[in-house]
Amino acid sequence: MSYTGQFRVWRGDADGGALADFRVEVNEGEVVLDVLHRLQATQAPDLAVRWNCKAGKCGSCSAEINGKPRLLCMTRMSVFEHDEVVTVTPMRTFPVIRDLVTDVSYNYTKAREIPSFTPPAGLAPGEYRMGQADVGRSQEFRKCIECFLCQDTCHVVRDHEENKESFAGPRFLMRIAELEMHPLDVADRVSAAQDEHGLGRCNITKCCTDVCPEGIKITDNALIPMKERVADRRYDPLVWLGRTISRRRD
Amino acid sequence: MTAPARDVGSRGVDSPGRAAVGARTLRTDRWWLPPAATTIGILIFLVYATVRAFQQQYFFADERYLTPFYSPCVSYGCASEPGSAHFGMFLPDHPLIPYAALSLPFLLLFRLTCYYYRKAYYRSFALAPAACAVPEPHATYHGETRFPLILQNSHRYFFYLAVVISVINTYDAIVAFRHPTDGFVVGVGNLVLLANVTLLWCYTLSCHSCRHVMGGRLTHFSKHPVRYRLWTWVSALNTRHATFAWITLGTLILTDLYVALVASGTITDLRLIG
Ligand code: SF4
Ligand code: SF4
Ligand code: FES
Ligand code: FES
Repeated sequence: MSYTGQFRVWRGDADGGALADFRVEVNEGEVVLDVLHRLQATQAPDLAVRWNCKAGKCGSCSAEINGKPRLLCMTRMSVFEHDEVVTVTPMRTFPVIRDLVTDVSYNYTKAREIPSFTPPAGLAPGEYRMGQADVGRSQEFRKCIECFLCQDTCHVVRDHEENKESFAGPRFLMRIAELEMHPLDVADRVSAAQDEHGLGRCNITKCCTDVCPEGIKITDNALIPMKERVADRRYDPLVWLGRTISRRRD
Repeated sequence: MTAPARDVGSRGVDSPGRAAVGARTLRTDRWWLPPAATTIGILIFLVYATVRAFQQQYFFADERYLTPFYSPCVSYGCASEPGSAHFGMFLPDHPLIPYAALSLPFLLLFRLTCYYYRKAYYRSFALAPAACAVPEPHATYHGETRFPLILQNSHRYFFYLAVVISVINTYDAIVAFRHPTDGFVVGVGNLVLLANVTLLWCYTLSCHSCRHVMGGRLTHFSKHPVRYRLWTWVSALNTRHATFAWITLGTLILTDLYVALVASGTITDLRLIG
């Protein structure tokens, strides 16, 4: 069944912009990205929107729909009432380029700041041996499609531009957790997470988890375990004592 | 289409370079409802718990039911209810010192530093953020990097103490099956105490620090099969930690209320056996 839906789409660039009203045909089974494509085809040929797979797997089409960070291609029109106005804006944490397209290079900068996988010296590729149990936790984090919706929604940078310098964001703190939990990684990730990547700024309010389209439990499985590891290292005299004694024995 | 002038120097979503949307949030759902409900829920518990902790009355019923709010009963005041002090009496009997002054502050700190309650009160009391993609009102933000919030890192110590207190609550629930004159009895109150202590264990063991201590801190699970198994169990419970956090607030109130009503003679405890 088709109907004419009401949409407000943000149009503009870094110098300014506004929400523009449109009435667009909506058909059964469509997602918001389908409607934006129809809008491009019929009324706004110059509307900029980034997309690629239309299957929730490439992480390109991140935007905000009725104020919530979401993938355009995974938000079904059936979740809205027919007379509901659907508002689409670009992600509001990153600089806008044009219309719905933002400059997400903050994320690439943060990704580069994390030292890559560091195997023990003398262990050649091909000699890695580990059980499924050892990689289970990391595998959850590897589901990430790098849509950066978690980065967009995290209030630490969304509400405080000045924190971008010192805060890697949930996606990259999760990357640190992935390497830290890797049985063959020998780099010191714990101190770096706290001192260089801003783990202490996260207040575990779970918005990253709430918006992740892959359903990754970022806060429970990556951020809180990392906070606990930092507590081991920094704030737990018992663990410190135990470690000192066992080091003496070695 | 008009292009409103940029409000240069604004914070957060209004920062220069970001899309000038205008509205602070465009969320159309009732995003204020969960933080409002959380505030009300927590306030109800705090008021009830404070009143009861200082009431120093109606805490021991049928000569065997001790409410968790008075456990362990270690004040000289516990002498008003013979049999209620299982671990001796040594704290002064003073209106400002709860009879369970040995456990209550630590239970409060356990919940105050709990990762779930932190989320709950950061969202509902500090509004940081009240809901996702809703701007927080604070001009600057440092999270848990500074005093006093850096003290949240001590959570694990309150977890250890909470385990000890849960053992004491379990002891209370078990000895409640013995009536000083009637011997072994089972009343509705026993089931209430038992259900309460079971749920308290679910909350305590599903703690994130517990998950870490049991095995989460290891990187090589396959070298530690027993701790890996423990971690798996705690992880399963941990997914429901928030639910247990709320359920136990409810069951603590209901359990205490039951004991108080029986102790004051408002209702009588139904005996099922004995
Ligand atoms: S849980 Fe931490 S990282 Fe995730 S959105 Fe909240 S503050 Fe940001
Ligand atoms: S963790 Fe989830 S929300 Fe964040 S970038 Fe990856 S897929 Fe997107
Ligand atoms: S287009 Fe690839 S995730 Fe939406
Ligand atoms: S009790 Fe909630 S995380 Fe420890």
